[in-house]
Amino acid sequence: MGNNVLEYQNVEKSFFGVRVLRNVNLALQEGHVLGVVGENGAGKSTLVNILGGVVPADSGTIILGGSHYAPRNPSDAFRHGIAFIHQELNLFANLSIAENMFIASFPKRRFAAIPLIDRKAIRSKTKALLESVDLHLSPDTLVEDLSPGERQLVEIAKALAADARVIIFDEPTTSLTARETERLFAIIERLRSQRISMIYISHILGDVLGLCDDIVVLRDGEVVGRGTRGEFTLEKMISLMVGRDIEQLYPPRSTKPSEEKVLEVNGVSHPGIVRNITFALRRREVLGISGLMGSGRTELARILFGLDPFQSGEILLNGLSLGGCSPRERVRKGMAFLTENRREEGLLMGASVVDDIALASLPSFARTLLRLIDELRMRRAVDRVTDSLRLQYGHRQTAKTLSGGSQQKVVVARWLMEKPSVFILDEPTRGIDIGAKYEVYRIINDLAAQGTAVLFVSSEIEELIGMCDRILVMSNGSIQGCFERPDFDKEKILRAALRKDAIQ
Amino acid sequence: MTASRNSVLLFTLKNAPLIILVAVFGTFASLSSKFPTLDNLVNILVQSSSILIAAIGMTFVLLTAGIDLSVGSIMFLSAAIAGKMILAGHPVALAFAVIVVVGALYGAFNAFFITRLAILPFIVTLSTRFAGRGLSLMITETRAMNLPGLVQIGSTRVVGIPFPILVLGFVLAVGHAVLTKTAFGRHIYAVGHDREAAKKAGINTVRVLFLVYVVSGLCAAVGGLVLLSQLGAVSPTFGELREFVAIAAAVLGGTSLFGGRGKVFPGTVLGAVLIQTVENGLNIINADPYVYPLITSFIIFLAVFIDSVRHAQLQQLKRRRIRVETSA
Repeated sequence: MGNNVLEYQNVEKSFFGVRVLRNVNLALQEGHVLGVVGENGAGKSTLVNILGGVVPADSGTIILGGSHYAPRNPSDAFRHGIAFIHQELNLFANLSIAENMFIASFPKRRFAAIPLIDRKAIRSKTKALLESVDLHLSPDTLVEDLSPGERQLVEIAKALAADARVIIFDEPTTSLTARETERLFAIIERLRSQRISMIYISHILGDVLGLCDDIVVLRDGEVVGRGTRGEFTLEKMISLMVGRDIEQLYPPRSTKPSEEKVLEVNGVSHPGIVRNITFALRRREVLGISGLMGSGRTELARILFGLDPFQSGEILLNGLSLGGCSPRERVRKGMAFLTENRREEGLLMGASVVDDIALASLPSFARTLLRLIDELRMRRAVDRVTDSLRLQYGHRQTAKTLSGGSQQKVVVARWLMEKPSVFILDEPTRGIDIGAKYEVYRIINDLAAQGTAVLFVSSEIEELIGMCDRILVMSNGSIQGCFERPDFDKEKILRAALRKDAIQ
Repeated sequence: MTASRNSVLLFTLKNAPLIILVAVFGTFASLSSKFPTLDNLVNILVQSSSILIAAIGMTFVLLTAGIDLSVGSIMFLSAAIAGKMILAGHPVALAFAVIVVVGALYGAFNAFFITRLAILPFIVTLSTRFAGRGLSLMITETRAMNLPGLVQIGSTRVVGIPFPILVLGFVLAVGHAVLTKTAFGRHIYAVGHDREAAKKAGINTVRVLFLVYVVSGLCAAVGGLVLLSQLGAVSPTFGELREFVAIAAAVLGGTSLFGGRGKVFPGTVLGAVLIQTVENGLNIINADPYVYPLITSFIIFLAVFIDSVRHAQLQQLKRRRIRVETSA
């Protein structure tokens, strides 16, 4: 063992009688990156929240830099050199970069007894810190003018400003583009060479394997695997995480697509976005759309749903042209669309789950003269959908209190209330754990079995291969290839996705 | 093309108070030659100083996404206590000091319920609004107190500057400096933007929230003091509904009711001056007094409307920006 910066010794934590962490032991060496993986609810967040001073441990000890460590609150942890790069970034968009850097303790100079912020000092310090993370921006730039990736780099610079000994990354790549992710990894490498220790939490196991020196696998609050990178493979991590060997990552499909075309797309183009897109989606089919970031897959999905315009071509739903129908009219005609950012777009966090699910279909439960809502019928309809999704919730439970995976089911449930004939899913499994992913896959299969045509947009080629009847590959705004089950070949798909010019 | 149209729209939204003020000013100037005189301009500033001082405190509160509906009652209570003291023969300076202390305590009282007991600011200040007015009516026995001696103070000029403007200048300078140049000021913006994040960043959010209500109480009391020195009397309707004018002034000046956005200078100053300019102008052109409330309410509506448009617009611009990023 080298030089341990941080050690957990028999750390335990319960919430309301539920054990979230049991007997956790781990060590972080100086200048190492420790990867923490586990399913949602395995205790990863609690593990680092204790370190970040967000919650106290119930028992056990944490040794930081050779001495006892028990932070009272986040700022206490910060003073001890623990920097937390949160999933939702903790920056104040209405303040400048420099102000964000020093928000917890502004350097001051006194003027007539009033302690004023020493602007000159924070500006020059910020400038230097931004350079160290390759951000060439004015310290006075407002954070709201930065991209998500730039904001994250500001967070890292902030950690450096505080001379952090340990930097915690909690799902840092979820809102980043591919290029921003690369830049983040390069900076993590640089920090490592500066002997800064890091904890890296991610669902993207490949990243963890590529980036971390040591890996800890959590399951149900327990450390079930611990070792250096070399001791792990993707399969080993996954089987440790779920507690069984997953032979079957994807549920089996029993139905075959029919010949009946539900959605037809003929030569749809929009300058700078998509070029000459032609395909047909059949009943009971799961059609995948693959492509790299910026290939136009999300843009195509938005055009199909009527969120963005297109210049030429036509879109037919059940043989009828959709022309300039608004998303609302499309919904009425049987289209549904699960967006990439489903959490921000459309969940009423404070409302009860039933109300949340029934929201869009309320008019169909208010058919009487006075337009009063038939609560009983509504509840029954909601139950039918939630049963099929295996979504469990309390009578008065609000969406806010559900886990990430369940919140997604709520959004899916809302769309299913109207029994769509075409369901467009844009990255339905992003940011959820393996167990929840399996559930989403099962739901997709059920939908297809019930006759819905599913358009499955994803950046993960594996899941498309596991799930789809056909895969269309997009690159640079046009379709570069079409693969039919069982002739899926990951390499060919990837090669099509990487092709830059349209020669087909 | 759309980018330039957007920037024009954004410019208009950002500078809406100034544009409206210029328009209102031009209108009145063209209607009456008595309006655009230096004397009248000073007069507008003097007339708006008491409400502007209260609005500066209100801006602090609004920046944290809170609200203080008790401002008018704070004005009344502190003026009532001071009036009683002066009538009882206490020195004016002592009475003025008491006004300030009463305002701060009143604000601290609000703050206690809001921060310690976690009751919504709207509810807390709504009830202390009624409580304060009731208490003041008890103290004054619902009779008006005449304090003609105070008018002398109100009309004093120091090196040619009227007393209300002096006080205003002081409060404004301190308020602006606190908001823009001190850690406390920047923490207010941080708390208003996202209270949870502020807490995680190690900001003492309870202290920040507590203090903004104290600041609001202080400013309301000082605003009441200026008003008292101008009127020379405390009537049962003293300060009534001033909180709403103060809110309107702040919002009209670009302070967002969602918190985190706004400035006392030039924002709130423009807002308060605009409201006073309208009243003054209507007065000068001899408009029907019944029209005043209509026009004032129209301006308040305009203020809230602009705020919501601006908010929506900013959201939209932000979204567009991210999409350009990913498709590039």
